[in-house]
Amino acid sequence: MTDATEANRTVVERKADRELVVTRTFDAPAHIVFEAWSTPELFKQWWVPKSAGMSLISCDMDIRTGGTYRLVFRHPAFDQPMAFFGTYREVAPNTRMVWTNEESEQGAVTTVTFEERAGKTLVTLHELYPTKEARDEAIVGSAEGLPEQFAQLDELLAG
Amino acid sequence: MVHYQARLDATFAALADVTRRGVLEQLGSSDASITDLAQRFHMTLTGMKKHVGVLEQAGLVTTEKVGRVRTCKLGRGLLEEEAAWIEQHRQLWGARFDELDKLVEHLKRKEKADDRRNRS
Repeated sequence: MTDATEANRTVVERKADRELVVTRTFDAPAHIVFEAWSTPELFKQWWVPKSAGMSLISCDMDIRTGGTYRLVFRHPAFDQPMAFFGTYREVAPNTRMVWTNEESEQGAVTTVTFEERAGKTLVTLHELYPTKEARDEAIVGSAEGLPEQFAQLDELLAG
Repeated sequence: MVHYQARLDATFAALADVTRRGVLEQLGSSDASITDLAQRFHMTLTGMKKHVGVLEQAGLVTTEKVGRVRTCKLGRGLLEEEAAWIEQHRQLWGARFDELDKLVEHLKRKEKADDRRNRS
């Protein structure tokens, strides 16, 4: 058993110049993990970690190949909400999803796969950025809803 | 984003100059005072101070003054920068997937309970 398949461990790696790969094994069949990922009411419960201090104020997801999504976040420190949006390039239920991040030209194409083995599911999330610079500048949350500035601001406010 | 962009700009600006790259190479083999560096690169003390200031701004060099001598050494390298980047992403995905893990566990139990109910 490699590190990547160890339960309860999230592994983040940079691959090649333009890629980020995140892996984690969940102790449940793939259809359950996929359900949590593809049902807006469930997705909302985990996509924004409580520690982020942000809230997801709307979540529109038309999960099918060619469908679009739009997530709107709010952070107490900012007047304006932030929107993240894109298109699902491919949706294969319980197996694979591919979506674009279109809020900036530097947005990644994200591929997530669900591989079930003996009742457990290995989730591999892969982000491919248009350039190495875009990846290196993709501070936590530029596309995910947890900008570095927020963490810094939190530190500032706490101090 | 703006903050990170500014740091990258500072890094590239710092590395764009041949003398500053030479200074980094020099500091890679040993720490040196500004006076040493000025002599080695045939520059005035003021000129070298400016170069070191640019490298310091970019986080590539740190300096420490002991008595009358300011010693320069390599700062947080790109490797540390990369480690910090990974750590940030690991924290986000770790927190996110911990939440997903709890939810998945809940859904799994619910499905089992539903199955039992349907069978009985």
